Amino acid sequence: MRRKIYEIIGRVLLYGCAAITAGLLLFLIGYILFRGIGGINWRFLSTAESVINGTVGILPAIKNTLFVIIVSLIVALPLGVGAAVYLTEYARNRRFVTAIEFASETLAGIPSIIYALVGVIIFCTALKLQKTLLAGSLTLVMMILPTIIRSTQESLKTVPQSYREGALGLGSGKWHMIRTVVLPSSIDGIVTGCILAVGRVVGESAVLMYTAGMSMAMQSFSIDRLAGASGATLTVALYHYAKENADFAVAFSIATILLILTVIINFSASFLGKKLRRS
Amino acid sequence: MQVLFTLCGLVAVGFVLLITIYLVISGIPAIREIGLFQFLFGKTWAASQDQYGILPLILTSIYGTAGAIIIGVPIGFFTAVFLAKVAPKKVANVVRPAVSLLAGIPSVVYGLVGMCVLVPALRSWLHLPAGDSLLAAIIVLAIMILPSIISLSETALEAVPREYEEASLALGATKLETYFRVSAPAAKSGIAAAVVLGIGRAIGEAMAIMMVAGNVANMPALTKSVRFLTTGISIELNYSQDGSLQRQALFSIGLVLFLFIMLINAFLNLVLKREKEA
Repeated sequence: MRRKIYEIIGRVLLYGCAAITAGLLLFLIGYILFRGIGGINWRFLSTAESVINGTVGILPAIKNTLFVIIVSLIVALPLGVGAAVYLTEYARNRRFVTAIEFASETLAGIPSIIYALVGVIIFCTALKLQKTLLAGSLTLVMMILPTIIRSTQESLKTVPQSYREGALGLGSGKWHMIRTVVLPSSIDGIVTGCILAVGRVVGESAVLMYTAGMSMAMQSFSIDRLAGASGATLTVALYHYAKENADFAVAFSIATILLILTVIINFSASFLGKKLRRS
Repeated sequence: MQVLFTLCGLVAVGFVLLITIYLVISGIPAIREIGLFQFLFGKTWAASQDQYGILPLILTSIYGTAGAIIIGVPIGFFTAVFLAKVAPKKVANVVRPAVSLLAGIPSVVYGLVGMCVLVPALRSWLHLPAGDSLLAAIIVLAIMILPSIISLSETALEAVPREYEEASLALGATKLETYFRVSAPAAKSGIAAAVVLGIGRAIGEAMAIMMVAGNVANMPALTKSVRFLTTGISIELNYSQDGSLQRQALFSIGLVLFLFIMLINAFLNLVLKREKEA
């Protein structure tokens, strides 16, 4: 009898909790799409907000998001891949390895509001960049570095030792071997790392709100203009419309776009990773 | 080339040092001026009256995190058991990406849905004057930590050797008894790591709870508007004068939060290390 009750309660808990999780997700997606999809049209995506016409557009936010993604990746990618190569290919000194791995784990565990503070102190104030997209991007470099290091490192570890020995045996130098044999066969991890990093940048709001500002004005699309300008990315724009303007229709439309981006990023991370590994 | 790669590796170490040093340097002056005891145990935070006590913020962060763990961990754990052991392959293959989607949704989106659904619902159910409360923040946090708890516990459960479960089944235990009394204890350090990671996530979240918690620095109570350590920083960072005591006090809150996080991380590393050795 007691075992029977145990069985029933166990089953209810298992299926109940799984149902709660699945239900939550379905509700979230359904609710966001329901309230947001109606507001998305070409004008919404391709213009800036205009008080005179009374229209809302998020093109500046899209541009700002792209800029932040590109700049933070350009800086973080070589650093991250380089660190991973050092850890798996060059490192002899055990202490260095422990220190670097510990640092990378620590960076991954620091919450974004701390990065925001540090960004304000270091990039906006000490380096006198003010509240600009450049300051925001540089702060994000610290945040996405561990993602790239870990993903690259994991994939470097799966490159068979025989590849390395074969290349070295044929008379290749170490750097030549890494460049032509090791890195190409771990491209899946590097790409996955980049996509995950893009995901973090797209979803980040606290850091950018305080280091890159909340301006919704249109900037011309040249690198130096954007770098020195302050501007809101999609997430910051969402916050701006929801909390400061109480314009929930626009906020949900931005949320819909973010949701679609998240789906694309998640899907391509697992799909590209698998595809590149096979070839 | 080796030098270049070594430098790349040391950049991560440099970032951590930079963050620590800058936080300590900018966090200390305000604590000195206010007094450590006054700062940590003062019950009022009111920048207009130059009163900077963060006890309500600390307690709110602890209560909020504990609440999120109490709600999120059981749901996450049972979902993980379901995914790892019970679910048919087809179902698991649909739910798993869904869970990682849940992890990828930006925190402002959680905040937005919380603002528009949860806060009004709490107001009308509990007959509150306003739904922005610690309870709303706890629920949002519980949902946000679910994915990390599920995926880490699931990995741990799947790593349990099949023989353990087969032995238990052969001795006449039912499948469920096996999962709960054999598999779960065998995976306990992995599940513990999942809980600690969840704690870290919950205590560090700022944007989502800034949108649902009301942000008044009250002593924590479930239905009152509250301010967390994280939102204590974020709510005033844009308005405080550069170089003022208020802004310096925000850096001090950052330092306190950073110490909390480092403690949790150290604990997480300990748990993970024990798992590796076991």
